Amino acid sequence: MKVLDDMMQKLKPKADGKFPLAYTVWDGMYTFLFVPGHTNKNGVHIKDGIDLKRTMVMVIIALIPALLFGIYNVGHQHFLAVGNVLQDAHVCEMFWDKFIFGALKVLPLIIVSYGVGLGIEFVFAAFNKHSIQEGFLVSGMLIPLIVPVDVPLWMVAVATIFAVIIGKEVFGGTGMNIVNVALTARAFLFFAYPTKMSGDEVWVSTTLEEGQQLVDGFSGATPLAKAVEGGTEALNNMNASVMESFIGFIPGSIGETSTLAIGLGALLLLITGIASWRIMLSTIVGGYVMAMLFNLWGANPFMELSPIHQLVIGGFAFGAVFMATDPVTGSQTNTGKYIYGFLIGVFAIMIRVFNPAYPEGMMLAILFMNIMAPLIDHYVVEANIKRRLKRVSVNA
Amino acid sequence: MSKDVKISKGANIKLKGIADKLHTNTFIPTEIVLKPSDFPTLTPKLSVKVGDKVKAGSPLFFNKENERILFTSPVSGEVIEINRGEKRKILGVKVKADTETQYESFVKADPLTLSKEDILDNLLKSGVWPFFRQRPYDVIANPSDTPKAIHITALDTNPLAPDYGFIAHGKNTIFQTGLNALTKLTAGKVHLNINGNLNADEVFTSSKNVQLNKIEGPHPAGNVGVQIHHIDPINKGDIVWTLKALDVLTIGKLFIEGKFDASRSVAFVGSKVKKPSYIKTILGANISNIINGNVEEGGRYISGNPLTGTQIAEDGYLGFYDYQLTVIPEGGNNQFFGWMTPGFDKFSLSGTFFSKLMPNKEYDLNTNTNGEERAFVVSGEYEKVFPFDIYPVYLIKSILVNDIEAMENLGIYEVAPEDFALCEYACTSKNPVQQYIRDGLNVLKKEMA
Repeated sequence: MKVLDDMMQKLKPKADGKFPLAYTVWDGMYTFLFVPGHTNKNGVHIKDGIDLKRTMVMVIIALIPALLFGIYNVGHQHFLAVGNVLQDAHVCEMFWDKFIFGALKVLPLIIVSYGVGLGIEFVFAAFNKHSIQEGFLVSGMLIPLIVPVDVPLWMVAVATIFAVIIGKEVFGGTGMNIVNVALTARAFLFFAYPTKMSGDEVWVSTTLEEGQQLVDGFSGATPLAKAVEGGTEALNNMNASVMESFIGFIPGSIGETSTLAIGLGALLLLITGIASWRIMLSTIVGGYVMAMLFNLWGANPFMELSPIHQLVIGGFAFGAVFMATDPVTGSQTNTGKYIYGFLIGVFAIMIRVFNPAYPEGMMLAILFMNIMAPLIDHYVVEANIKRRLKRVSVNA
Repeated sequence: MSKDVKISKGANIKLKGIADKLHTNTFIPTEIVLKPSDFPTLTPKLSVKVGDKVKAGSPLFFNKENERILFTSPVSGEVIEINRGEKRKILGVKVKADTETQYESFVKADPLTLSKEDILDNLLKSGVWPFFRQRPYDVIANPSDTPKAIHITALDTNPLAPDYGFIAHGKNTIFQTGLNALTKLTAGKVHLNINGNLNADEVFTSSKNVQLNKIEGPHPAGNVGVQIHHIDPINKGDIVWTLKALDVLTIGKLFIEGKFDASRSVAFVGSKVKKPSYIKTILGANISNIINGNVEEGGRYISGNPLTGTQIAEDGYLGFYDYQLTVIPEGGNNQFFGWMTPGFDKFSLSGTFFSKLMPNKEYDLNTNTNGEERAFVVSGEYEKVFPFDIYPVYLIKSILVNDIEAMENLGIYEVAPEDFALCEYACTSKNPVQQYIRDGLNVLKKEMA
């Protein structure tokens, strides 16, 4: 590795030279290959092995099950739609065809998201004379996973540009943003190109080759859309019962369909302590409680949908595990995290049920609570200050 | 009345090279240096010039803001050098030691028979006073204050820390005499906070005239700030003095022998030390003959522990408050894909390293930062190792924006930089947290003066 190190050192451009971007790119590459051997000068002499790169990479590893499942499901849904496989056939039939088809659909999204996002990060870093901060490593993977498969690449690019610049860089970059970057991209797409982000047409890739046609009765609707119309029965009819939705062979955004795959990622995040178990748990509890209340009310079939069923369809699980737990935009205090998560769960189900025009309540719930998180923290910290002031009178 | 305190937040960092419980050697230094930098916020004024002869206990410099606080020579000999830095700032006063130490004589009496003024006078004149530190601000105590309480910590939970019980063992009379002197200085109680994890040494448990508190839990349970917070917290306007139990020995010796005896036991530890053990030497001693032949190449010398200590050169000098000399490997190597290694050899408070599976492993950590400084991202990290009812991140942010009122409200009066050492260790974004706290305390001290 010494050779590579020496080679990189030779290529090193000047930090304050003519091309600051060249230095930023070099620095980004170099620190990717080598953790630089900086040593502690003041303060502690030894430091924890973890750094931001490792933290971010852990999240990406946690996303891999959802990504792989998403890729496979894209193919699966496509071949179902064109009738190459039947709903009753084993899911592993045409395994590699499905996987390759899915990969060809999903990889371009990932490449566009990373390419555009990192490009902007590099330019901003060079402009501000910062080193590259790792925040986008995760955002860049999240964005492709929360869009429908048939979204045009240019839209992903525009949304990423919007999210990175308006969502993050204007506030000062990684660690300073107020709302989740990936969800900003999603919200941008949702409101700017509603026809491409909602309805029944976009969730399943229906690019037809010559001679192919969609099977009779194909709708392409997501379980969420169906549930609005017909509740539990409609879901069971479309092969999206609780168990089927949990495993995830249902239409939906690329990474969100399989609660099982997301659960594997959640496990890693919890074991490593990267994501807050407080937020994850309270989000799920919040969603469950709200769904239960709707059960009691039961004014329409959607309200009667069982709480567990509510949690395994749509983006609820993905949001609870990967979005709500974003440490930068989430609540920072431990008490605040319970409140923050709980309200995300409550609002997500509430928006879903009350406003079928926005079937994906999770996105809006998290964005809303991102804005509210500092307020929650403010009151938690104020309570702490008051409690500590009270000690004076107790002691006196 | 005593109090049992159980601390759950925190972490013990297990390093290789803990000291065997035996004294191997005595090193009489040929020269010593007293460093004003050991005392935060101190502006020193010299009382000697190069060539002056001093005895052990003769003042070398004093505090410009409070001329009663003297810093005296730990040895007798000749002042041979006054080190100055930028703007002629005094960095150290070097004394070449005589072969036989001559002592200035101070009052020799049972402190219980002396008045508070006499005790203060004796402590101040002999140069023992700087051992008294105060909260708020974590600086040398002001002798004209009357503290609400005095807290003495009899355990050190820092990595590789010396066992205070082992050092103090058998010195019951000296220790009790020191405690007696302290009881006269406060209107409140003298708290002796002893180790609740293991059986504390009899020298501590048999102490009289003090409140014994048992402290149980991982580091930073040994930090006096943590102990105060759980026993009798500091509110705005309160002043509490703090000491290490080993400092009390020096105070005891002052009243029994009438001299400033600066000899002390020091834990000589770290993975680069060939035979980690306890050694006897003197405050401010030159370490070059201590390390000579006893350490391996490529170490960093730290006066104190790896979390709060000060880096010194291989011909450097022990600090005023330090009972530990640590030698750990110096880092500096670039690590190929360092952020992706499985990490069996790195200790992390996060769960991202396989080393988590080996809870009893001892580590050989070097001084690498293991990553670059970043914006603050990960939340909840500091809280895991910060056993105060204080929001550390909010306190740090209030310091960074210089909001005095917020700092007060968020609890800056209760903390010292050392209480944040573990936060700084754990920080994913590699922020210099202890420095932030020191800066905040300095700003506040200036503002309140």
